Amino acid sequence: MLGYAGKVLYVDLTTGKTRTEKLNEETAKKYLGGIGLGMKLWLENSAAGVDALSPENPLVLALGPVSGTMFPTGGNGHAFISKSPETGAVGEAVSHGTFGSELKRAGYDAVIITGKADRQVYLWIDDDSIQLLDASSLWGKSPSETEDAIKDELGDYYVRVAAIGMAGEKLSKIACIINEKTRAAGRTGLGAVMGSKNLKAIAVRGTKDIVTAKPTEFMEMVKEFHERMKGPSTQKYRTLGTVENILINNTMNCMPTRNYSSAKFEDAEKVSGEALNAKYIQKIIACSSCPMRCEHEAVVREGPYKGTMARMEYDSLWALGPYTGVSKLDALIKAAELCNYYGMDAQSTGVTIGFIMDVHERAILTHEDLGMDAHFGNVESLLQLIELMGKREGIGDTLADGVKAAAAKIGKGTEKLAQHIKGLEVTGYDLRCLKTAALAYAVSFRGADHNRSSAYVVDMKGRVDRLKAEKGRGKIVKDLEDSYALIDSFIVCKNSRGSFYKELEDLARLYGLVTGYDITPEELTASAERVNTLARLINIREGLTRADDTLPWKVMNEPIPDDGPVKGAVVTQDELNLMLDDYYEARGWDPDGVPTKAKLAELGMEELTSIVESKEEA
Amino acid sequence: MVKIHERKFVSCDPEKCVGCQICEYACSNNKEKAFNPLKSRIRAVRQNQVVNMAVTCRLCEEPACIAACPRDALSQSEETGTVNIDKDKCNGCGWCIEACDYGAMMLHPETKIVYTCDLCKDNEDGPQCVKWCPEEALTLVTSDVLAQKARISAIKKLFQDRKPQ
Repeated sequence: MLGYAGKVLYVDLTTGKTRTEKLNEETAKKYLGGIGLGMKLWLENSAAGVDALSPENPLVLALGPVSGTMFPTGGNGHAFISKSPETGAVGEAVSHGTFGSELKRAGYDAVIITGKADRQVYLWIDDDSIQLLDASSLWGKSPSETEDAIKDELGDYYVRVAAIGMAGEKLSKIACIINEKTRAAGRTGLGAVMGSKNLKAIAVRGTKDIVTAKPTEFMEMVKEFHERMKGPSTQKYRTLGTVENILINNTMNCMPTRNYSSAKFEDAEKVSGEALNAKYIQKIIACSSCPMRCEHEAVVREGPYKGTMARMEYDSLWALGPYTGVSKLDALIKAAELCNYYGMDAQSTGVTIGFIMDVHERAILTHEDLGMDAHFGNVESLLQLIELMGKREGIGDTLADGVKAAAAKIGKGTEKLAQHIKGLEVTGYDLRCLKTAALAYAVSFRGADHNRSSAYVVDMKGRVDRLKAEKGRGKIVKDLEDSYALIDSFIVCKNSRGSFYKELEDLARLYGLVTGYDITPEELTASAERVNTLARLINIREGLTRADDTLPWKVMNEPIPDDGPVKGAVVTQDELNLMLDDYYEARGWDPDGVPTKAKLAELGMEELTSIVESKEEA
Repeated sequence: MVKIHERKFVSCDPEKCVGCQICEYACSNNKEKAFNPLKSRIRAVRQNQVVNMAVTCRLCEEPACIAACPRDALSQSEETGTVNIDKDKCNGCGWCIEACDYGAMMLHPETKIVYTCDLCKDNEDGPQCVKWCPEEALTLVTSDVLAQKARISAIKKLFQDRKPQ
């Protein structure tokens, strides 16, 4: 079967030994690739209750069936999968660029990294030659500096590198893995998993050909999608980019501001995508094989942050800006650059800083406790806190593991100010007035996350009453989640999702043209459901229950205070319970959120029934 | 025979190039029936996030690659200006690669014979990289046209503050 390289690489950092195994085609068909295949491989190679930062926790790097081809955005993605040190649940993060295509050309569908090196190393995958090279001189460097140093050392400027920064080295639970300097597998702290293995970076060079099963028809499909991606469905990403959401969300009163103190930011105009583009965006660049291009590079030309360059997106801009009350754009570009420098998830960083500012505003921790005057909107504090978190110094040590861990350390009731789900920091959509999104966030297997479903779109476009919790939302969320499982398992880009007019038919056609194996839309739906069910099974094995499908305290207890259409909105436990029941039912799970044996049998996942059986016995 | 100033080559506008490598994929797919940037006659280079540009053969008037070849394996087409490679004579020594200032000569990873851009002479619709470039950053131009463009852009810059308000 084409599309897959047919090989899985195992790297044991403890022994330094590597081996390859043939990819099981049956598994590939069932779980497609990307996060689906990655989670399956993680499950098979780990024991229940494994400590996320122990050598026994495998870090899986997985590609999709179209990786390495010319399919627009499809060729270039890769997914990291592991147990998240931040949530204790499935940790999964997808990134794009050119790293994934290079790895596919090196001949692998997945890399499974286990153990812990006895010294600081980086993994050098040069086609079939696998080496662990000394990384002691790279320790302390940023992902970008690491990439340059590795290219210099290997003497090949086409080597692709994914690396951690100082945050990952110091096991910060919000550390990310950055490839090609600006693209991050950002969420769930997988950079710390790499750091715990003494693994600074993965460098790849692949020289093999990638071919498709039906080349002529495949190229016709590529052409068609080039045209679609130049059309209205992706216009937002081509023009203003995701930062367009600042004004949209603000106008709709659903942009959490100052640690969920408000759902509106009075200075939104100052930090809008429009302002950013007018003054700072220097160039919009593309990942490999992408005709859409969306990566907005901001450059600061003057003032105290002169020379700063960072990629800007809605969620980083929102978290570092409105969420901390900071409205100086050049400082926010500096803040994003610092997050990249230390290798920290900018969203989690911003939310954690918003939290500590809230703690300070309420005088739970004083100026003396923090070593600074961290009021909302204080630009210098924002930048200083990022530095301290990256280095794990002072209050930064408390904050470096994210908001849940910080609140647990500080105590004094600050848990109520910590806006996270399952330990993962919230993202830029106020869940109190977006109730479908609230359900989606609550059930998301990796924690607070709009990227597992984009359910907020249903609320914001008015397809439902966004202030109402009612039956039917469960099915909506399930269908969206399944669709997103396909996107992340094929690994096509989420920003291109609008170009799949007939999502299932388009993806099925793509799969067939690439692999030569004809798959029906129905089979794809089953695969998607399988991927989400698999994630649930992993979380159940790791001890999560229905009680973890919940919302941050403020979302459930502090109604939106702002005057306007959403004033007073909140999600009550009753509302959440109603929607959870509805969702589990739509999924064919029992009222505790455990997949039934019948459902597993229907999906052909019998080999995993032992996970739900042990649950029943307990 | 085409007059020297009418020779066209593939030129990349760095302002427009986004570094997507679609030109590499289109080229290798056309020439080698595979997606493999290492087999592309045009190469996308990323200096940093904001400096991207694709580079291929410039069809020089006095090609250094040809002068450097010790086996007379290279010659320039009088008609199009492209560099022809005599596969039987080339032994992959790499003098031409070293001589080219633009990195336009490449050693094929499998045949170990050098290759370079031939403007897709076998394709009716011309160079595939130009055809597929989504940003229209690649154009097939003569040096005259490039010079015209440069003159116009220089004049625009000179007089940009004289636009009617």
